[in-house]
Amino acid sequence: MSSEQDHLKETDTEARFDFKKEESSAFQTEKGLTEETVRVISEDKDEPEWMLNRRLRALKQFQKMPMPTDWPGQPDLSEVDIAEIVPYIRPDVDVRAGVDDWTELPDEIKDTFDKLGIPEAEKNALSGVGAQYESEVVYQNMQERWEEKGVIFMNMDKAVQEHPDIVREHFMTKCVPPSDNKFAALHGAVWSGGSFVYVPEDVTVEMPVQAYFRMNSEGMGQFEHTLIVAEDGAEVHYIEGCSAPKYSAFNLHSGGVEVFVGEDAHVQYSTVQNWSKNTYNLNTKRAIVEAGGRMEWISGSMGSKATMLYPSTVLKGPGASDNHITIAFAGEGQNIDTGAKVYHNAPNTKSTIESKSISKDGGRTNYRGLVHIADGASGSSTSVECDALMFDNESTSDTMPYMEINESKVDVAHEATVGKIGDEDVFYLQSRGLDDDDAKQMIVSGFIEPITEELPIEYAVELNRLVELEMEGSLG
Amino acid sequence: MATLEIKNLHANVAEEGGEQILRGVDLEVKSGEIHAMMGPNGSGKSTTAKVIAGHPAYEVTDGEILLHLDENDVDEDVPEDKLTWDLLELEPNERAALGIFLGFQYPAEIEGVTMTNFLRTALNAKLEEREELFEDEGEAEEAAGEEEDAGYETSPMEGPADEGEVGVAEFQQLLKEKMELLDMDEKFMQRYLNAGFSGGEKKQNEVLQAAILEPSVAVLDEIDSGLDIDRLQDVSAGINALRDEQGTGVLQITHYQRILEYVEPDHVHIMLDGKVVKSGDASLAEELEDKGYDWVRDEVYGTA
Ligand SMILES: Nc1ncnc2c1ncn2[C@@H]1O[C@H](COP(=O)(O)OP(=O)(O)OP(=O)(O)O)[C@@H](O)[C@H]1O
Ligand SMILES: [Mg+2]
Repeated sequence: MSSEQDHLKETDTEARFDFKKEESSAFQTEKGLTEETVRVISEDKDEPEWMLNRRLRALKQFQKMPMPTDWPGQPDLSEVDIAEIVPYIRPDVDVRAGVDDWTELPDEIKDTFDKLGIPEAEKNALSGVGAQYESEVVYQNMQERWEEKGVIFMNMDKAVQEHPDIVREHFMTKCVPPSDNKFAALHGAVWSGGSFVYVPEDVTVEMPVQAYFRMNSEGMGQFEHTLIVAEDGAEVHYIEGCSAPKYSAFNLHSGGVEVFVGEDAHVQYSTVQNWSKNTYNLNTKRAIVEAGGRMEWISGSMGSKATMLYPSTVLKGPGASDNHITIAFAGEGQNIDTGAKVYHNAPNTKSTIESKSISKDGGRTNYRGLVHIADGASGSSTSVECDALMFDNESTSDTMPYMEINESKVDVAHEATVGKIGDEDVFYLQSRGLDDDDAKQMIVSGFIEPITEELPIEYAVELNRLVELEMEGSLG
Repeated sequence: MATLEIKNLHANVAEEGGEQILRGVDLEVKSGEIHAMMGPNGSGKSTTAKVIAGHPAYEVTDGEILLHLDENDVDEDVPEDKLTWDLLELEPNERAALGIFLGFQYPAEIEGVTMTNFLRTALNAKLEEREELFEDEGEAEEAAGEEEDAGYETSPMEGPADEGEVGVAEFQQLLKEKMELLDMDEKFMQRYLNAGFSGGEKKQNEVLQAAILEPSVAVLDEIDSGLDIDRLQDVSAGINALRDEQGTGVLQITHYQRILEYVEPDHVHIMLDGKVVKSGDASLAEELEDKGYDWVRDEVYGTA
């Protein structure tokens, strides 16, 4: 057996996400954020003028917007001091736009993704894979048969160079403008890496494409941008995974995701978020859906110290629909604040939101959601269901499902439950032979079952494993 | 041959100043025997059952619960000192692994967990725990070491390979057989554990679980309440099969003579105010049916 495989064997499942690599990079910016930093990033990427200008405008926005501090129950962000963050680290790889062969990567980086199981998954179940390490995409590949049909799956930086028209039209303009919130503005100023996905009319990409984001350095910020354009009648499933080892200093992840769903197109966006517990995960994700199109957001939030994430969908054309599935897990010291936003701006639009959250050992989960039905969006319907399960009296859960209904001919259903895990239930299972942990784990898996049974199989497996690891309390 | 021995058992509600409920219960149940326990509401029957199984809501203040096993219950190389177990020292799942089963008066409903998944997990957990309890300390350390070495081999996308001792196919077969015995519809395999089950279906399901877990001693708490006449016969057949095929000793808590006509008890005990106050053979249950609990009270307390 080769030494590399030996090394793999030694890494047990719990340690899968928590290994660290020596930091070695080709280029990194100073800590903090100034106009100079932004110019340096743009220059290092050899960007066109228009992109630099967008970054600088976003920076101005960022500087004048206040930090969100007054939302009820929101995570404490006082530690997030942008002056302490290294916003840009270019890893030491030869090919700037990333390679398309894992073996061409430096061993330490390849090893990282091996341990995360990405190359293996690529062989088995995916149409394409992108892998980002620190601030840059280091690997990108898609099966040829999709390329032949005109599907584009490339790293976002490269797309700026190679597809300026599409990018210029869609990049942080009508979907997520920098003014959306303070961290969207920050993102707009220092974004780096991420994926660009373009699916031409009536093309169905059968197997999912996946991007994996890995932060390895202490005290860095990762700001990848994902732009998905699905033309009329197109169909694609994008999976995003993320992780980082744990350091004492905080890390910041502030991604931006923009999805354009054409008429009768269908996009599914799945995330398994497993950032280390020193990471602040503050993202902005939004989709705009044309007539008859369908958007699905599937989010599993397990990791991070604090997460604020409310994927939103604008149902712009008649008959457009949305489905949100959210699973959040907060253990000791975690505050996972997630939710969903849906804007029904056209008649006969439909949304379904299902959220399940679990808190344990003093963790906190919040569901914060908004459904807005505009005047004139008649015949629309929405159904919101959020359930929270608490393990003990130290843990907290809150649900804040806001509704703004400005139209009378609509169908609105809403249900929320908050409960503690039942001692009698645990005892019942124990009396049949399950130990305390396994009993609780079984109750939790039953609690999220209505959701997991709707998930794509490869996603459900990964998610269940993460939940198991969380329950054992062993993820760093 | 296993013997469950309860001696002078005293138990309180486990909280400050918790009420005393059991005041010296004595009872012995051996493999292959059927015991009926009767007694007025609130006399402590369910509490006895739950304390045997290790319910955390109660604190034992005095007395013992021992489980004696012999060579026929365990593998040949189990040492002498692992034949008698002090159940009060063990967790509920360890007691289950040693062969204690509690059929609940009010079974819990667990949403989202299918019967098949639950029962197979329970059976495998029981077998695994049993192995751990009986292996000597040296072996135990070795086994723990092995587990760590196994480490991470597969991609996270592939899912765990560990099926447990009883695989999916083998288990399906076992479950099917036991369900037929109890005349349960196969569709229950895919239902969530007790969720939305009728009262009678839940009771039937308790006996099904006992049939699968093959306990040495099964305590069945009011397994007959809420059963219609046909189901009462199915459930009785299930209990008799436990005794006849697996040699299970049964402690059957009931309020009614009726089930005792199908499951004939070797011994009948009457519980009153947290104590077993009177024991006899099957005729005691009949006498009780005639004369009521006042008769017992009179005998015990000598009041008129
Ligand atoms: N956790 C508890 N907290 C407080 N009181 C309890 C608790 N458990 C049992 N008791 C009390 O102890 C007494 C015995 O209860 P138990 O359930 O054992 O009675 P039982 O003999 O099974 O009655 P039944 O025939 O009605 O089922 C009752 O008075 C009951 O209220
Ligand atoms: Mg009772």
